[in-house]
Amino acid sequence: MASSTGEAPESKGTHQYQPRDFKVVGTTPLRPDGVDKVTGRARFGADMNLPGQLVGKVLRSPHPHAKLVSIDTSEAEALPGVKAVVTRDDFAENEAHHDILCNIMARDKVLYEGHAVAAVAATSRAIALKALKKIKVVYDILPHVTDVDEAMKADAPILHDDMFTHGVDPMPTTASNIAGRCEFGHGDVDAGFEQADIIIERNFKTAATHQGYIEPHACVATVTSDDYGELWGCTQGHFVLRNVSASLVGMDVSKLRVTASEIGGGFGGKTTVFLEPVCLMLAKKSGKPVKMAMTRDEVFKASGPTASSSMDVKIGCTKDGRITAGFAEVRYQGGAFRGAPADFGAMCAFACYALENVKAIGWEVVTNRPKGAAYRAPGAPMSVYAVESVVDELAKAIDMDPIDFRLKNAARNGDKSSYGPKFESLGLVETLEAAKNHPNYQIPLGPNQGRGVASGFWFNFGGETCSTLNVNQDGTVAISVGTPDIGGSRASMCQMAAEELGIPYDQVRAIVTDTSSLGFNDTTEGSRVTFSSGMAVIFAAREIIGKLCERAAMMWDIPVEAVKWEEGKAIPAGANAGDFEPLTLAEIADAAGGTGGPIAGHHEYNADGAGVSFGTHLVDTEVDPETGFVKILRYTVIQDAGKAIHPSYVEGQFQGGAVQGIGWALNEEYIYGDDGKLQNAGFLDYRLPVASDLPMIDTVIVEVPNPGHPYGVRGVGETGIVPPLAAIANSVSDAANLRMTELPMSPPRILKAIHQAEAAE
Amino acid sequence: MGIHVSTKINGDDVEFVCDAEETLLDVLRDRLNLTGAKEGCATGDCGACSVTIDGRLTCSCLTLGAEVEGREIGTVEGVAKGNELHPIQQKILDNAALQCGVCTPGIVVAAKALLEKKPDPSEEEIRYWMAGNLCRCTGYDKIIRAIQDAAAEMRG
Ligand code: FES
Ligand code: FES
Repeated sequence: MASSTGEAPESKGTHQYQPRDFKVVGTTPLRPDGVDKVTGRARFGADMNLPGQLVGKVLRSPHPHAKLVSIDTSEAEALPGVKAVVTRDDFAENEAHHDILCNIMARDKVLYEGHAVAAVAATSRAIALKALKKIKVVYDILPHVTDVDEAMKADAPILHDDMFTHGVDPMPTTASNIAGRCEFGHGDVDAGFEQADIIIERNFKTAATHQGYIEPHACVATVTSDDYGELWGCTQGHFVLRNVSASLVGMDVSKLRVTASEIGGGFGGKTTVFLEPVCLMLAKKSGKPVKMAMTRDEVFKASGPTASSSMDVKIGCTKDGRITAGFAEVRYQGGAFRGAPADFGAMCAFACYALENVKAIGWEVVTNRPKGAAYRAPGAPMSVYAVESVVDELAKAIDMDPIDFRLKNAARNGDKSSYGPKFESLGLVETLEAAKNHPNYQIPLGPNQGRGVASGFWFNFGGETCSTLNVNQDGTVAISVGTPDIGGSRASMCQMAAEELGIPYDQVRAIVTDTSSLGFNDTTEGSRVTFSSGMAVIFAAREIIGKLCERAAMMWDIPVEAVKWEEGKAIPAGANAGDFEPLTLAEIADAAGGTGGPIAGHHEYNADGAGVSFGTHLVDTEVDPETGFVKILRYTVIQDAGKAIHPSYVEGQFQGGAVQGIGWALNEEYIYGDDGKLQNAGFLDYRLPVASDLPMIDTVIVEVPNPGHPYGVRGVGETGIVPPLAAIANSVSDAANLRMTELPMSPPRILKAIHQAEAAE
Repeated sequence: MGIHVSTKINGDDVEFVCDAEETLLDVLRDRLNLTGAKEGCATGDCGACSVTIDGRLTCSCLTLGAEVEGREIGTVEGVAKGNELHPIQQKILDNAALQCGVCTPGIVVAAKALLEKKPDPSEEEIRYWMAGNLCRCTGYDKIIRAIQDAAAEMRG
């Protein structure tokens, strides 16, 4: 039974997991923003309009790599209806955000096709587009490189003449495209390989993919003549967006208020800053509100794809299935600036296994492609694809069931992880066992059909968070959170507050506040929101309970220690038990004016203890030997959620992650020509999975409580995209007797592999 | 030179003036403030801009504003009857068949058009009909179930 006494507000209980009987948590109520979203009323980034607003458009480089010799905007400025033009000259150097500055508006060079060069604000889109054509840019074209392995070569065209590889001792004195090197592991891999009966070594490649959110980046900005700015737009992190934009535009943070609109998908790709400072600068120069939205072509060419990769993996095991050593070297290119998640790739590669000897090296590389952005478990899907493919091959080689092989080597409580820390509590084994017992693991397969399994890992993050709860006079409760709701988190916030306070779900309402209404909150990323904002809500609710008990004590004129909170009511306890009728939250709220005024709770902290997350996916495919087409027959996602607050939305995260992984495995790919230009910058040619490509996606929610959260919650958003690449590759391998080492496994690639295999026979 | 257009939107007479190159989606969103239809691509590939014209499911980004003279347009804003949600809207909520919700207006319009044509579609028919509506968040599972549930309820 959930109950607490009238403790001092500062003691809000512990972060530690405490088992309890949940009433609201674990149910599936309708989300608070649902009706607005099914009726078209919800306002996304591009749905906001301000009176007298101008339309902003960006001129982008047609070249993948060139010196920016000169930009002449005079003719554009003279065009009737044009109210402002901005270029690099409008933005001062900025040390703290140098790369973002260079990315939002090219400075001395353009580094990729689509790099912003200038922007215009005009009274109509047609005039803005006409003005872009009148801007004269002189480029001095340079050689370019878009492939990761090519970019690492000594004679590759160099993007930044001040880039010296981090993480190499001593630091090189010549510039290169290698931004950094990192290494993780322990033991002695050479000695481990000595002990192996079988060693398999392979190279893998994966293509860059785009997050593919359906809503393009959009914002509306206004700046008053005394330099106060307001910005509205779709972002995963309006506090970070505010800080960076204010800095780039040269404004005090307190002078810029950012409101996060409803957000039409992000998956990491909207943790970024692209249009916003430009929009603010156009608004400042023109003295009018300016609205900007990317076209889909711009989204592909100038917003964040994930890294492409080239990887070597070597794993050895004994005949009875014990892995003796694992080695991986991963090379990720993340576009024109630092930030390719090679470190995460190296850290996640072997995280599923308890290994005595393991080493993973990551290389972070820059190329003439758009600045990469986070994409759901950034860096993990690729390295895990490579490792899990080799693991599958080893299991086959020793004739062992692939789940048994994984169980034999799986990381468990107390094991030292492959990336350093010791695992405290993890649910990998539970997901493997659930996979083994799942009916889909037993269904007989037909000709050309195969079954694949893979596991995956993501760290999960906490971070800076604060939240406020206000008790309204009628006893309802308003929650303010500072983390944009990207997949239904407002519902889970309401559930957690209702759970703590003991009131019905529909008496709680959550909103995402603007940046002036709460302290700094980190971005919605790292699967952190339900964990971190949720815990802030729980602690703020506990503070409220303390205050409600104080108010009840005042109303009854007894000591606060003699009041306890149970099922939404203050109850006299101890010596006073039974002396007074319990007081409901609504009754105390109604009387609040006479007992000290409004009642609110707040919690601010840097959230720690986000539990690690593991999942196992099972997939059956059929490979058409005539066309190379892969059909997904059955798909099952099994993942540890710690505790599912709203199980439907947890399932939704599992299903969405899996289907993005299916796209990555089978279709999706940034295709570059020799000219360094993206050849498929549209949904027709960059094909996301559509409904007719897919079966239903089965889910199993495993709940191994996270010891670092009062309800046991673990983040669930990201792990779901980690196993599918490997699971599908393993399934295809089983179906067609092929080991596909390059993604995507598009029909032409599979057909080629089939023909090669036939020729070899 | 603006073009004057008289049309009906969600049953109401509407007149607007648009430029020759403006799409119906531009007109709905920028001139009439009907922002339920979204621009996901402007090339007919995502379905976020779905509307009906004389009952037929259409991408409003591929139709010119000037083309709808005398036609009847249905948008997501007209699907609920006042505050009463259409079964497809209710079932999308009940099934948690949305995450970010930006595809949802298009899904609502497209699914309603399907069920008006075919009250008892198979799963495969639903999947092929909906293949023009991209959803990046859900993996479609819950959307398909919502449409199946709505179909069952509408058949009574
Ligand atoms: S905006 Fe019309 S189909 Fe994408
Ligand atoms: S719910 Fe986000 S695109 Fe469908």
